[in-house]
Amino acid sequence: MSNLNVNEKLIVTESPHVRGRSTTSSVMFDVVVALIPALLAGTIFFGYRALVVTAVCVLFSVLSEWCWCRILKKPSTIGDFSAVVTGLLLAMNLPVTMPLWMAAIGSVFAIIIVKQFFGGIGHNFMNPALAARAFLLTSWAAAMTTWTEPFTKLSFWSNVDAVTTATPLSLVKEGATGNMPSYINMFIGNMAGCIGEVSALAILIGAMYLVYRHIISLRIPLTYIATVAVFTFIFGGRNGFFTGDPLLHVLSGGLMLGAFFMATDYVTTPYTKKGQIIFGFGCGLITAVIRLYGGYPEGVSYSILLMNVATPLIDRFTAPKRFGAVKEKKEKEANC
Amino acid sequence: MNMSERINGLKRKLGFRTFTFAGGIHPDDSKETTCSKSIIDLPPSEEMVFPLSQHIGAPAVPCVAVGDRVFMGQKIAEAGGYVSAHIHSSVSGEVVAIEPRMHHTGVKMNSIVIKNDGADELLPEIQPKDWRKMSVKEIVDVVREAGVVGMGGATFPTHVKLSPPPDKKIEYVIVNGAECEPYLTSDHRAMLETPEEVIEGLKILVKVFGLQEGYIAIETNKPDAIAVMEEYAAKETEIKINVVRVKTKYPQGSEKHLIKAVCGREVPPGKLPMDVGAVVDNIDTCAAIARAFMYGFPVIMRIVTVSGDCVAEPSNFRIRVGTNVEDAIKKCGGFQKPAAKVIMGGPMMGISVPDTDIPIVKGSSGILGFSEAMLHGKVKQNCLRCGKCVEGCPMNLLPNVIKEALAADDTEKLEKLNVTDCIQCGSCAYVCPAEQNPLQSVRTARAKLMKQKQEVKK
Repeated sequence: MSNLNVNEKLIVTESPHVRGRSTTSSVMFDVVVALIPALLAGTIFFGYRALVVTAVCVLFSVLSEWCWCRILKKPSTIGDFSAVVTGLLLAMNLPVTMPLWMAAIGSVFAIIIVKQFFGGIGHNFMNPALAARAFLLTSWAAAMTTWTEPFTKLSFWSNVDAVTTATPLSLVKEGATGNMPSYINMFIGNMAGCIGEVSALAILIGAMYLVYRHIISLRIPLTYIATVAVFTFIFGGRNGFFTGDPLLHVLSGGLMLGAFFMATDYVTTPYTKKGQIIFGFGCGLITAVIRLYGGYPEGVSYSILLMNVATPLIDRFTAPKRFGAVKEKKEKEANC
Repeated sequence: MNMSERINGLKRKLGFRTFTFAGGIHPDDSKETTCSKSIIDLPPSEEMVFPLSQHIGAPAVPCVAVGDRVFMGQKIAEAGGYVSAHIHSSVSGEVVAIEPRMHHTGVKMNSIVIKNDGADELLPEIQPKDWRKMSVKEIVDVVREAGVVGMGGATFPTHVKLSPPPDKKIEYVIVNGAECEPYLTSDHRAMLETPEEVIEGLKILVKVFGLQEGYIAIETNKPDAIAVMEEYAAKETEIKINVVRVKTKYPQGSEKHLIKAVCGREVPPGKLPMDVGAVVDNIDTCAAIARAFMYGFPVIMRIVTVSGDCVAEPSNFRIRVGTNVEDAIKKCGGFQKPAAKVIMGGPMMGISVPDTDIPIVKGSSGILGFSEAMLHGKVKQNCLRCGKCVEGCPMNLLPNVIKEALAADDTEKLEKLNVTDCIQCGSCAYVCPAEQNPLQSVRTARAKLMKQKQEVKK
């Protein structure tokens, strides 16, 4: 037989014989990297406690995932970094004064109830971090809406009676627009809000990295943000139509974080291009309605969660056109 | 004219330079190791093996017997039907056996074995022919006699392509220089080194279909080939040659997607390119047609890229059909590390072979040797629903949904998912981060549906 330098048995498989580099872990790791600027911004504005809250969330997310796999005697899935991403995203959505035990409970809820109860990664129908945020908001509304000004000194154990303030969106709700931070402060993140949502600049840096690495496409974020901008401009003004402040709505609250990091979650958003546009539009519409007419000042989490639930339906009705099908249709029409 | 065709026309008028289709992926092209290496003539093996089925369609029927002496270029097997092709000896020598031999598909296939006498004595009847003085029918006859098949790998007999039914008017003749498979550079080198053969082949095709112009589509990652072809196109006086730049994207060289890029037309499901008035031929096929006239040669050689991380000196060869694959590998310095997988063709759609003691056939565009390190170590994980497979699928299928439906054994759903449209390009399997290999599910689903249909018929 052959005197070539080949293995004793050549491997025979069906094509293709090569694979792209991207893996679940590499994708998740890229998301972690992309969240670092937002975490840094949060730490700069709200102090080291932002890091503590984040560490607790990540730790408990990963721990609960590990325990779940251990109890069910399944191979551990913590290596895919998805639990790290969930923990990070949850922390980004919490106020810096959040009691640590609440953050821990939120993390466990996200991983066990929202993700693992439905079959683990790929099977959850809602974004775990956002569902956990909604759960925390309904359970401990006060703790979830206690905001502090940037650069407030906080003690390690939560300090709920620290000087509290209001986010730009709650100022809008109250009609107290006099104390509004400037646009530039809102852009860099010098305002009250959740740890990771305040700095549009940091979020954009992370988002650019994700786009560069082909992790996310801009279809959902851009449609989402544009829809919010348009609707708040048309209906958001006090002096009639077309007098709203779209920039305020885009830069404040969780819109940037939600649009680039939560509404682009693979598992819970549509996989068709058309579906992604519809998803972005739906999120934008619901966000604008909640912000302008709802009881809450902010609607990003709920809008994304609602659209998450609609995702299977959207996918079903937005299947791409069959290659070559246009002509077939026309022929049929001609035959009729 | 449909909408997308109009858009294509408008783009051309507006000065858009590159054209493409929707979907597709961007694999590492790994062509740098061989794209600047000139084609080397590889001496034929001592024992040449000619499998009787080197084409799509009926196997050829031997027309020589054991003990016969044959000339180089002599027909040794007759086409076994209309959709079939003749096979010619690529060396002079003696027929020593007609017996089953190992073939790249991994099975033994009846083959003619010729002992090469090394004299390369050419069949005396081989003479150049002037296609300009021939009728269309005569031209097609020459192509059939030369045993030309699609040499990009599909190996569909070319004379069948050149004889569309009278009601199908061909408007576009496209030479496929996309070469979108990673590693392969054989077409690229052919365009650089023998452009006159490519141009001559295109002119013959243009005449066969009674047209005045033809198209050469080349991916933008081969700017030197584009330049050479544009130079020849500018010099050309008999016909108009349009060099079309197509985007570097896999699978741009797929027949249907090349037509989409060049003409803006989509071949409907289950139809052929001729149904939308287009004919696509690969660069090497085009050159083979030209050689059948310029020198009177039948298909006895082809250009093959030998590459991969194991190969000491990756090269492009002009190899006689029937040559042992091992000879080509040895000429490249052999495998410098142990090969774990040897592939005939490209890494995306090629066939991995169980044995390297096999002959080069008309459709072999590449030989790749991959070491253990090149084999992906991806582990199957849950589907993330990331939609990369949906985005990448050039046929607009939903590979993830097909996979789900197959797993759920939902035949009703499978039937609605157009699994038969799949061109098996492997884009979905390539991009999947969770190593779900949706293509494998599509193949299984397809086999399942076919089986079911047959059972219904019974």
